[in-house]
Parts: sequence; C-alpha cells; structure tokens
Amino acid sequence: MLSHILLSPWAPFMPPAKSDFAGSLDTLYGFIWWTMAFFFVIIVFLLFYLPYKYRRGDKPTLTPRITHNLALELTWSGIPALLIIVIAFWGFNLFVKAYVPPGGDVTEINVTGKQWAWSFEHKDGTVIPGELHVPVGRPVKLVMSSTDVIHSFFIPDFRVKSDVVPGRYSSIWFTPKEVGDHQVFCTEYCGDSHSAMLATVHVVTEEQYKETLENGGLPKEAPPAQRGALIYQRAGCVTCHTVDGVRLVGPTFKGIFGRTEQLVGGGSLTVDENYIRESILQPQAKIVAGFEGQQMPSFQGVLNDRQIGWIIEYLKTLK
Amino acid sequence: MTADAHAAHHHEDFYVEGGKGIWSWLTTLDHKRIGLMYLWSVLLFFFVGGMLALTIRLELMNPGKDFLTAKQYNEVFTLHGAIMIFLFLIPAIPAALGNFVLPLLLGAKDVAFPRLNLASYYIYVLGGIFMIYAIWMGRVDTGWTFYTPYSVKASSAVIPMVLGVFIIGFSSIFTGLNFIATIHKMRTPGMTWSKMPLFCWGMYATSLIQVLATPVLGITLVLLTMEKVWHIGLFDPERGGDPVLFQHFFWFYSHPAVYIMILPGMAVISEVIPTFSQKHIFGYKAIGFSSVAIAILGFLVWGHHMFVATQSQLASIIFSAITYLIGIPSAIKVFNWLATMYKGSVQLKTPMLYALSFIFLFTIGGLTGIFLACLAVDIHLTDTYFVVAHFHYVMMGGNAIGFLAGLHYWWPKMFGRMYNEKLAQIACALVFIGFNGTFLPQFVMGSRGMPRRYYDYLPEFHTMHMLSTMGSWVLALGFFLMAGYLLASLRVGAKAADNPWLGLTLEWQTASPPPLHNFEKQPIPKVGPYDYGYPVHEPKRVPGLGGKEIVHGTGD
Amino acid sequence: MAQEINRLPVTHGAHHEEEHSPFLQHHFASMDQQFEAGKLGMWIFLVTEVLLFGGLFGGYALMFSYHPAAFHEGHHHLDVKLGAINTVILIFSSLTMALAVRAAQTSNKQALIKYLIITFACACGFLVVKYFEYSHKIHEGLLPGTYYHYIHQTTPSDPHIGTYFAFYFMMTGVHGLHVIAGMSAIAWVLWRSLKGHFDRNYHAPVEITGLYWHLVDLIWIYLFPLLYLVR
Ligand code: HEA
Ligand code: HEA
Ligand code: HEC
Ligand code: CUA
Ligand SMILES: [Cu+2]
Repeated sequence: MLSHILLSPWAPFMPPAKSDFAGSLDTLYGFIWWTMAFFFVIIVFLLFYLPYKYRRGDKPTLTPRITHNLALELTWSGIPALLIIVIAFWGFNLFVKAYVPPGGDVTEINVTGKQWAWSFEHKDGTVIPGELHVPVGRPVKLVMSSTDVIHSFFIPDFRVKSDVVPGRYSSIWFTPKEVGDHQVFCTEYCGDSHSAMLATVHVVTEEQYKETLENGGLPKEAPPAQRGALIYQRAGCVTCHTVDGVRLVGPTFKGIFGRTEQLVGGGSLTVDENYIRESILQPQAKIVAGFEGQQMPSFQGVLNDRQIGWIIEYLKTLK
Repeated sequence: MTADAHAAHHHEDFYVEGGKGIWSWLTTLDHKRIGLMYLWSVLLFFFVGGMLALTIRLELMNPGKDFLTAKQYNEVFTLHGAIMIFLFLIPAIPAALGNFVLPLLLGAKDVAFPRLNLASYYIYVLGGIFMIYAIWMGRVDTGWTFYTPYSVKASSAVIPMVLGVFIIGFSSIFTGLNFIATIHKMRTPGMTWSKMPLFCWGMYATSLIQVLATPVLGITLVLLTMEKVWHIGLFDPERGGDPVLFQHFFWFYSHPAVYIMILPGMAVISEVIPTFSQKHIFGYKAIGFSSVAIAILGFLVWGHHMFVATQSQLASIIFSAITYLIGIPSAIKVFNWLATMYKGSVQLKTPMLYALSFIFLFTIGGLTGIFLACLAVDIHLTDTYFVVAHFHYVMMGGNAIGFLAGLHYWWPKMFGRMYNEKLAQIACALVFIGFNGTFLPQFVMGSRGMPRRYYDYLPEFHTMHMLSTMGSWVLALGFFLMAGYLLASLRVGAKAADNPWLGLTLEWQTASPPPLHNFEKQPIPKVGPYDYGYPVHEPKRVPGLGGKEIVHGTGD
Repeated sequence: MAQEINRLPVTHGAHHEEEHSPFLQHHFASMDQQFEAGKLGMWIFLVTEVLLFGGLFGGYALMFSYHPAAFHEGHHHLDVKLGAINTVILIFSSLTMALAVRAAQTSNKQALIKYLIITFACACGFLVVKYFEYSHKIHEGLLPGTYYHYIHQTTPSDPHIGTYFAFYFMMTGVHGLHVIAGMSAIAWVLWRSLKGHFDRNYHAPVEITGLYWHLVDLIWIYLFPLLYLVR
C-alpha cells in the first residue's frame, strides 16, 4: 500500500514520472517538499516544546518582559526569503519550458474538448475520440480548443495540464519516455459529467502508431458493431446515454432501434438509420419529448460516416 | 434567534437593560446584541454548510453513484462552498465576534454607526435567504467560482444567486466601513494606535480589504448579469467575448477575500496566546504591520489562480513572484506567536488549545500554498484535491479554528457563563484529529492527480477517499459535542468571572456580560494590552508609564 | 468582592459635559467626534462607490477597445444636447449644494432651505431629461445586447452595437439610482432644516449629504464624455 503511494522518496506521493519533463518537475517538487518539511518540523517542535517547558503550575508566574528582537525578526524573515528566491527562479524556468516545445521533429495533434469527451485529430486527418495515440520518444505537441465551455487537459504521469478554452488555442507538449498507457482527466469543471470526461494516452512504437492511424484507432479485425461499441465509450455518448434503460441526460439506447419516439411539438417517428445519423450530426433537428432543455452537442466534424455507420450497427444490437 | 430569546429568559441579568423580548433584539442598536445575532446566524449556516460537506464526503466514500446523481452532487458542492465562504467564514469573526468585542477592546460604547450595523445584519440575512433559495430552487451548479462561459449557459437561477452574493457584499462593506471609522474615531482617550490590541489591527486590515475589494465583486456580478440577460459579448466567446476575463474580475475580489478569511483568525490568535502565556506579545509592531502588509500584497496576486488558464506567461511570473512574498509576513506572525510562549506561563485551556491547533494547521495550509505559488509545480497540482486540501487547511484549519478559539475565549464574556472545560478539550481533540484525518489524505490523492469537483473517481483513489470520509465523521462528532456543551452552558454553566483568563485588554475590565454601555465609566487604559509580567499580587512600579502604580488582577 | 479584584483599576475620564446637544448620539463623547466619524464614514463609502463605477468603466474601456466602431456608431444615437443640459444641471446643483452647506455653517436657515430646494429641483430636472432620453431610446429599439432593433435602420449596424447600449443603460441606470438615493438624502435633510435642526454647531448631515451629492455629480462628469462624446 505505502510503496504504491510513495513511489519516490524524494518526491512523495507523486505518480510515476513518465516523461522527461515529469522527472525535472519532480526534482523541484521534492526540493519544495523537503524545504517545507524542514520548516514544519521546526514549528511543530516549538509548538509542543514551548507550552510543555513553560507550562503553568497552580498560579501564573512572573514572566519576563520580552517585547521584541530585531535580529530574530530579520532571521526568520530572511531565511524564508532566500529559499523563496531559489524556488521562484527554479519554478519560472521550468514553467517556461513546460509550454515551449523543443524545435525539430514534433508530432502535432489537435485536441477538441466538448461536454463531455475529448477527441484527437492527427495530422493525416484521422479523428480518434477518447484515445490519444502517440509515438514513443518523440516530442508531441497538443493544440487544444473547446467547442462549448472551458475544460482542462491533464495527464498526471507527464505533469502537464492546460485549460482548453472556447475561442482560443492553447497547447502543451511532452516527450513520452516509454511505451504504456496513461490517464487523462478533465480538470476544469464543465458540468454534469465533468468527472466522466476521461481519455487514455497510448504511448506506442513508431510502427504501431502508423498502423493505428490506418485503422482509425480501432482493432484491426473487429466487426462493425464492436467498433461502434468502442466509439460509444470513447466519443462520450456514454456520459449521456445508457444501454441499460436508465435515463441520464439523454434517452437510453436500450431498444432504441425501431422504437417509436414522441417528438417535441407533436408527431412521432420510428428510429431508423437516417434518424440516428441526423441525431448525431444535427441533434437539435428533432427533439425527443421529455428532453426539452437538454442539449446534445453536434458531432459534426468529430465522427465521420464510417464511424457513424459502426455506431448504428452497434445500436441495432441493443435490444 | 430563538436561542437568544432563550438565553434572555433564563438569566435576568442578560442584556436586559436594552429591553426584553424578541422585538427588543430584532430592533436593537447595541453592538453586543447585533454581534450575538450574527453569531447564531453564522453558526446556523456553518451547520448547514457542514451537513452538505458530510453529504459530499458520504457520496465520495465509494466510487460510482451512491445516493446522489452527478447533477445533485455538483449542486451540493456549489452550495457548500458558497455558504461556507459567503455566509459563514467571511462574517464569522468580524461581524459576529468582532462586532461584540471590538468596541470593548477599544473602550468605546458602541461602533461608530450602530444603525448601519443593524442594517448590515439584515442585509446579510436577506442576501443569505436569496442565495440559498436561488441555489436550492434554481439548482445552480456552477461551483462557487461561477466561471464563464459555463455560468452563462447554465441555469438562469445564476442571476438571483449572484444577486444574493451582491447583497451580502454590501453587508460586508458596511461592516468594514463601520470598523474603520470605529477604530479611527472611537478609541478611548489614552489608547494610541500603538496601544491598540492586535485584534483591532487585524480587524483594521480586514476592513480595508472588505471596503476596497467587495465593490469590484459587485461590479463583476453586475457584468455577469448583463452578459446573461442582454448577451453583451463580454465573457461569452460565442459572441466575441473573453471567458478568461471573468476569472480576472472574479479573483480580483476573491483572492483578497481569502485574506478577509485569514486575517481575523490571526487577529484572534494574537490575543489568545499572550493571555494564556501571561506574557507580553513578542513583536507587537511586526505582527501589526504584517497584517497590513498581507492586506496590501493580497491585492496583487489574483492571477495565481489562473496559471494554466492561458494567461500570458509574463503575467503568471509576476503574480507568482508576489504570491511568494506573502509567505514572509505570514512567517513573521507564526514565529512571533511561538516566541511569545518562550518563558511564558502557559496554560492549556480550550482557547489556547485551539490557538495552538491554528498554528499547526495554518502552517500546513500556508506551506502547501507555496507549492501552488510555484509556477511549474502548480501545473501539476492545480484543480486537484491538493488545492482542496490547501484551502481547507487555511480556511477551516486556519480561520474557522481561529473562530473557535475566539468563541471559547470570549464565550464567558458574551454569555456570562462558563462551558464545561473537560468536554471542550475533548471536542477540540476530536476536531483536530478529525480535521487532519479528513484533509491529509486529500493532499496525497491530489499529488497523485485526483481532480477536484469529481463526482466519480478511479479505483486507485478509493483508499484515500475512504480515509477522508471517515475523518469527516470524527470531525462532525467533535462539532456535535461542541454544540452540546456550549448550548448546555447557557442553562447550567457556572457563572463566569469578569476576567476568567486574567486578560489585560479592556473587555476583561468590565462585567460579564457587559452592561448596556459597556463600561460604567469611560475606561482609560493605564497599561498596554500586553503588559503582563509584573508581580501578580502586589502593586509594582511600572517602567515607562510615568512610574505610576498599578495593581494586576488575580484570577480566582 | 471577587469582581472588584478581578478588574484592573482604570481611571475615569473627567466628564466634559459640555452643553449637551440633543443630536449627540449616546455612544459619542462629543459632537466633534460624532461629526468626524460621520465624515470619515462617508469618505470611505465614496471610495467604495468610486471602485464600483471603476469596474464599470473598466468593462466599458475594454469593450470599447474590442469594438470601437460599434461604440462610435452607438454614440451617434445619443442626443449630445440633452446630455449637455443634464451636465449643466448637475454642475449647477453641485454649486447650490455647496451653498447650502455654507448656509448651514453660518446658521442661515432661510438660505439653507432655499438652496436645498433648488438642488432637489435640479435633481428632478435631471431625471425628467433622462426619462425623455430613455423613452425615446426604448421606443426606437435602441436596446441593450440582443434586444437591439433600431426601427429606422437604413444601413446595417455593427453587430456589437447592442453592447454599447448595454453599457449606456447600465451605467446611466446605476448612476440614476444614485441620483435617486441622493434625492432621498436631500429630502431628509430638507425636512430636518425645516424643523430647524441645523445651525453652526450642528450641521453634519448637511455636509455629509453634500459630499455624497458631489460624488454623484462627479461620476456624471465622467459618464458624459464617455457615452456622449466618444471618438
Ligand atoms: C483563508 C484563505 C486562504 C489563505 C490564507 C491562503 C494562503 C495562501 N494561498 Fe491559497 N487558496 C485559498 C484560500 C487561501 N489561501 C482558496 C479558497 C483557494 C482555492 C479557490 C478555488 O479555486 O476554489 C486557494 C488557492 C490557492 C492557489 C491557486 C491554486 C490553483 O488553483 O492552482 C495558490 C497559488 O499560488 C495559493 C497560494 C497561497 C499562498 C502562497 C498563500 C500564503 O498566504 C500562505 C502564507 C503562509 C505560509 C507560507 C506559512 C507560514 C510561513 C512559514 C512557516 C515560514 C516558512 C515559509 C517559507 C520558506 C515560504 N492558494
Ligand atoms: C469556510 C470554508 C469551508 C469549510 C469550513 C469547509 C468544511 C468542509 N469541507 Fe469544504 N469546501 C469549501 C469551503 C469550506 N469547506 C469550498 C469553498 C469548496 C469548493 C467548492 C467548489 O468547488 O465550488 C469546498 C469543497 C469541498 C470538497 C471538494 C468537493 C469537490 O471538489 O468535489 C470537499 C470534499 O471532501 C469538502 C469537504 C469538507 C468537509 C468534510 C468539511 C468539514 O470540515 C465540515 C465539518 C463541519 C461540520 C460537520 C458542521 C458541524 C456543525 C455543527 C454541529 C454546528 C456547530 C455549532 C456550534 C459550535 C454551537 N469541501
Ligand atoms: C451532452 C449530452 C449528450 C451526449 C454527449 C450525447 N448525447 Fe445523444 N442525446 C442527448 C439528448 C439530451 C438527447 C435527446 C434530445 C434530442 O433528441 O436531441 C439525445 C438524443 C440522441 C438520439 C436520439 C435518441 C432517441 O431516443 O430518439 C441519438 C440516436 C443520440 N442522441 C445519439 C448519440 C450518440 C451516438 C452520441 C455520441 C457520439 C451522443 N448521442 C452523445 C444528449 C447527449
Ligand atoms: Cu470537461 Cu471538465
Ligand atoms: Cu488566491
């Protein structure tokens, strides 16, 4: 248990450091940690020692009239001041590095945040929702934007984070050290399913990276419905639609295909391929009764026709 | 306010000079009664905020859905944060305790503007009702920070909510204004600025911030309302606005506001420690000026909440640099308090135990603030539970514990009754243990990357969340015990002496509770507020006071 | 007895029971102290007011820098003449207010009442002009934000012109509320002057109301060029 939490005695409680930047950040974090621990220990010692040593007996005793001491005041403001200067410059330095990628061969990937899913657009135009594939050992730069509210993109293992703001671009970069998977969190509060706005970073070898792009990030041989199921998870449909009949933000997908829906403003229809496609691309075109006021974001530009086709296949299987 | 009425019934000598019955309370201009009305209201809101906190903790005990939906969870933490900050912590020490003791400490009969004082109380109540109604009925779920554009898109009840905060802002401004005028103009003859108890210095610094920062919050909220109602395109990117601009406006108020929430706690501690050490405060000037320094520097650091919010790097560097600086006046205070105990005659009564807890917890909170002030480290830690733990350590562990220290210190003065010391010490221990149990694990999971405002979390964080939840139960137990013995003391408590802790400040030189006009005659302090250290029983020549003789009180 | 021991002996200030004014509140030792406290209080309050408007001015400046064209177009819809008239009215009322204070200080009851009435009348005049301006704007659809729909539209407006009117209404509206608050204060002081409360020894409320009224004028003096004369 403890060894799981305390991976590094120098930088207590930090998650594993999986990028170059993470390593140098941990050095600074550790320095601050131990400096602060030093002050804390002194203060706590005095906090217990002084009241004990000078405890009162039955009656208050005479106390000396000690009112101030300039040398002491200068000492205990001077020493912290010096340490602060060190920490400050060290911190500025790393901070600037954290947001300025090195020149040379940088893989650029566009990231879009929307309530409540991430999607990643690679240079060749492949859009993969919910899963970020990056090649190992090379710097990767993420250029990020949001289509609705502010989100924040956070990869603890790489110690990088930036808000993702509608109407402007922000960016982070990292150089993954080894092959493996890492968690992505959304860390700016963005509404109901803020805590479900997750993604995974897959650090893969150069060859695997190429292969992944060719397959749109999906298993090579999987049947369409299975691919659809993956997209349902990764594109964030899952944050609003269940497959077990429970109502979340949107109607459940259980038994959706062929179901008859009452629409807002009267009328009804039977759910078919075209309606599903329309619901994904222009959600506001027809609104299911009982879901007035709830908004589904459009997935225009995020999901392509092939992917929508897979989703439809998947929805058909949900009885 | 039934408790007031209760108390008034049970002791014939309890504030009856100002008239009897509930109406005489509701229309009183007496700062002591207004302070007590504030006190009960503040405690009520603390109770509500605390229950919401326990709800949060219970839901987070296990991953996944327990008994709240995600939306409900978000409403609960919004309500929790907003109530705790605007309705509990900001008024807790200044408006409740400060109202009661500030004029007493200054030897004044009342605050400068008693009618404004009462008005500020009703404005506070009105704003509180507004706010709770709006959040509850309107299901506001923006978090206490109301970030745009989410708050622009979110429920329309954001407007009444914001209006409530706006109204409360006025109550805060009026209290601050009143205190500044009181401190400037109402000091009893002979009380020079440098003979003023440090509590008054703390209140002075706090009031400055209240007066200078709150109007900007007001205007921010007005601008937000304009955006929501008229869609002016100031904060909403869809209309060409800048969502981050709102954060600048918001933190321009809310960062100074966090010092509204710590200076008063520090002010209380600066009274409690000398009294229970029976020793002259160490570094009077250093402590007094550091309050003012914190108040001023506090206006220049708001950008440290936005290091990763795409503000310019240069701005971040400047904000970070100034943020560190606040560590220095804070360090000065901590070390001066410690030095006061050196060669003192330390008695560990409940108020002193809270004062020592304050130092312990505030130090943790403050030192972890340095992590966050460090630009590079904040990239990793911002918006994680590390921040949540940081601000609970400073706000709850700092100011709320400072409030409890003051509450226990002045309780005999306020109600003329003693509480049960043994139970009080047990409760203090429970609160201390429970508090650390709740929030230490949050530092750990924060460093590991657990984001805040998360309704659900990954299984790897389960242990820490579980520990934190169990800690919150111990904490709650401590508070329930406290509520029990404090309320009981009003009926069965022993009569309090006028000066149970052997204090030298003026509030102890009058009856407990004090008469209508505070002192029978205009008091003139012959010794400074901290001139402890003279023989207790015999008269003694006091150097520096013209060789006059004084008698030091004893305490039994 | 125990109580006696518990207390520090404190000497008690001699009672300077000067001539006891009926307007001395119990918690003040002297009229001077009461007056000084009141004045300080009002100054602090004025600071908060300046900050309040400061925030609005800040927002205005920012939006102006984003959309200068819209603001420029917006101001053409305002009637500079009416704005100028209002400016003159307010400056004049500031003068009469100052004269009222002077009258109070010299125990000139007649003049005090006269000047207060004139000041009050000016304030009413200001509001009447404002009323005509507002109703005209509302009638023509010169409304804030997305409610903007100018009825005599010939050429298309800048898309952000509604922002200009949002600031116009918000700033003049908040200022208008201050005018009304100032009028209530003046009315209260007037009522008390009629009862003969004020003379050279006691006139704090007149002076403090005066301070407030000058601030209200001062803010208008900034609003006028910002809204009516932007370039
Ligand atoms: C009472 C309230 C209070 C107080 C007093 C403080 C005090 C401090 N805070 Fe805190 N803070 C909050 C309330 C408070 N804070 C809140 C509510 C938030 C989050 C809001 C939200 O997002 O919801 C927050 C968030 C917050 C952030 C933003 C984090 C983020 O979101 O990324 C930062 C970053 O700089 C910060 C820093 C500091 C610092 C440096 C201090 C300093 O003042 C601390 C100074 C004290 C000490 C340093 C200890 C004593 C000194 C010594 C023992 C000597 C040795 C010291 C050194 C060597 C330095 N705080
Ligand atoms: C004053 C400030 C204050 C205080 C005291 C507290 C107290 C507590 N807080 Fe709170 N908290 C905030 C301010 C505060 N909080 C803020 C600003 C936020 C951010 C919100 C946001 O993100 O928007 C937050 C968020 C927050 C979160 C994070 C939610 C999230 O990000 O998802 C959590 C989680 O554990 C939490 C827990 C607690 C707990 C367990 C307590 C406990 O300490 C509470 C214990 C108290 C009691 C159990 C009450 C008992 C009282 C009585 C019985 C009456 C007493 C009567 C007498 C003494 C007479 N708080
Ligand atoms: C932000 C929440 C949200 C997300 C994310 C979301 N939806 Fe929806 N969805 C809704 C809401 C609300 C409705 C009902 C209102 C309507 O018909 O537009 C809806 C309706 C639908 C419908 C019509 C349902 C019916 O019963 O007629 C389909 C199909 C659908 N969504 C598919 C998807 C797919 C596929 C995804 C992911 C790629 C997705 N949705 C993501 C909220 C969401
Ligand atoms: Cu997206 Cu939180
Ligand atoms: Cu801050």
